[in-house]
Amino acid sequence: MPLIETRNLSQRRDGQDILKNINLRVERGEVFALIGPTGAGKTTLLRLIDMLDTPSEGKVFFDGVDVNASDKIKLETRRRMAFVLQKPVVFNTSVYENIAYGLRWRGIGSRHIREGVEGILETVGLTGYKHRNARTLSGGEVQRVAIARAIAIRPEVLLLDEPTANLDPVSASKIEDLIAGIIKRETITVIMATHDMSQGQRLADRIGVLVNGEMVQSGDPREIFASPGNRQVAEFVGMENIIDGVVTSNEGEMAAIDINGRIIEAVTDFDIGEEVSVCMRPEDVTVALSKVSSSARNSLAGNITWTVSTGPLCRVEIDCGFPLVALVTRRSSEEMGLKKGTDVYATFKAVSIHVIRRH
Amino acid sequence: MTELWNGLVKAVELIISFDPEVMQIAGRSLLIAVSSAVIGSVICIPVASLIHFNRFRGKRFLVSLIQTFYSVPTVAVGLFVFVFISSAGPLGGLGILFTPTAIVVGQAILITPILLGLTISALSGVDKSILDTARSLGASGLQMAVLIVKEARFAVVAAVIMGFGRAISEVGISLMVGGNIRGFTRVITTAISLETSKGDIELSLALGIILILVALVVNIAMNRIQQR
Repeated sequence: MPLIETRNLSQRRDGQDILKNINLRVERGEVFALIGPTGAGKTTLLRLIDMLDTPSEGKVFFDGVDVNASDKIKLETRRRMAFVLQKPVVFNTSVYENIAYGLRWRGIGSRHIREGVEGILETVGLTGYKHRNARTLSGGEVQRVAIARAIAIRPEVLLLDEPTANLDPVSASKIEDLIAGIIKRETITVIMATHDMSQGQRLADRIGVLVNGEMVQSGDPREIFASPGNRQVAEFVGMENIIDGVVTSNEGEMAAIDINGRIIEAVTDFDIGEEVSVCMRPEDVTVALSKVSSSARNSLAGNITWTVSTGPLCRVEIDCGFPLVALVTRRSSEEMGLKKGTDVYATFKAVSIHVIRRH
Repeated sequence: MTELWNGLVKAVELIISFDPEVMQIAGRSLLIAVSSAVIGSVICIPVASLIHFNRFRGKRFLVSLIQTFYSVPTVAVGLFVFVFISSAGPLGGLGILFTPTAIVVGQAILITPILLGLTISALSGVDKSILDTARSLGASGLQMAVLIVKEARFAVVAAVIMGFGRAISEVGISLMVGGNIRGFTRVITTAISLETSKGDIELSLALGIILILVALVVNIAMNRIQQR
């Protein structure tokens, strides 16, 4: 039996569907990441799981029990979970008291509270902040207090809503390390929302992609990263090149796909005549000034339409009958003298192409 | 002009020499107003929480009604209390007419709208995420109410101080249900009105100065609290 299950969960607000038929199953001990762009419904789903809102339709089960059955069940179930809100707020009191609140509400004795809180202050690295008023802390420190407050009650399920979204990069990576440590140390079930695909990959056992209120794909992070199920997921996981074409031949899963008259080869099981979209990461496309003989099956002549340098990398768009974005190192870009108008060859392997059905 | 000046000098003399009568009246005034504020708060803060934390029909109307009564005339409350506790009234058997208790009851009623209304708006001022956080950490309804009152503590205390200020400065209730009995129910405001009409300007001025000092202290306290 899954620890948390949602059945046909829907939420409507002002006549708009915010969540549509979410069927989610999270097993005990699993780390599940909800990823999706801002406004996809991730927070709404977490709030429904924590019973902060009531769904328009559908049910949430915790350990097999319908959580919305009664107020008593709601409170009891909620006390087995902890939710760190996207913009965490602290109570206007000391850091120590903030962390102690959840324990006190559960009627735990003051000696146990003291031991528990001291230990957790150490875990989250706030030992010296015990007596500080939590309102005077920085964003990263507030996030630590919020996480400490949540894990202090030793929840069976930890719900995290964009735990690093509002932080500077240094604080964000510290918080992520903290979460990774908690996941490793405790036997805890985690459901976290993030718009950061790579964060999902780093932390989660399983990922669900939420787009416009619908769970469009869920599964192993590697699988979602390598084989997104549709265009929206493909865009979200960094497949910058999504180009429409038609399968013209397929022999033993090696297909030829016609894109605007140019033929490329890709590994796929789509049949002849099917309308497909070809997805490719820019980092899988190599750029050279002359045709290279390599094992890569696709090498197309083209003409650079623009280049943009970002840090050590350079993004290049090549018109080879269709626009194709490639990522090259800044150094090789300078060596080849890549600029607008340069004639180049774009080369990519048949296996680095992911083919999806066109919608 | 000299009369006023002489009056002021004598008034200050009365205060710094701790004149027994002045001190007694001022002390009684403070005691009565503090009692009204405390009793009013003990009743109103929980009731305000109940109103704030529950959804019911006519809630907005009720809140507007409460706000309307902020400036209820003191004599109206005095009359209302008088009717109830006079010997012919339903609570006449208590025999509290013309006692300090009657003044406390009247003042507590007078400041109830202020205490309720300002506490409700203090509680509404607490960030909604605080509520979500408390709920997600497993607070029950009562635990949550206590937390929110704590979070709004400065604004709630400000409400109580406002109530106290209105209680100590009113004259209608003290006069009508207290009776301005010397040494028993005479408070600053009733003494001022009586002594002035008798022509004893010095005593009136001394008491007036004390009342203003109390108002000043209350204001400073309010400012301090609101700056936090």
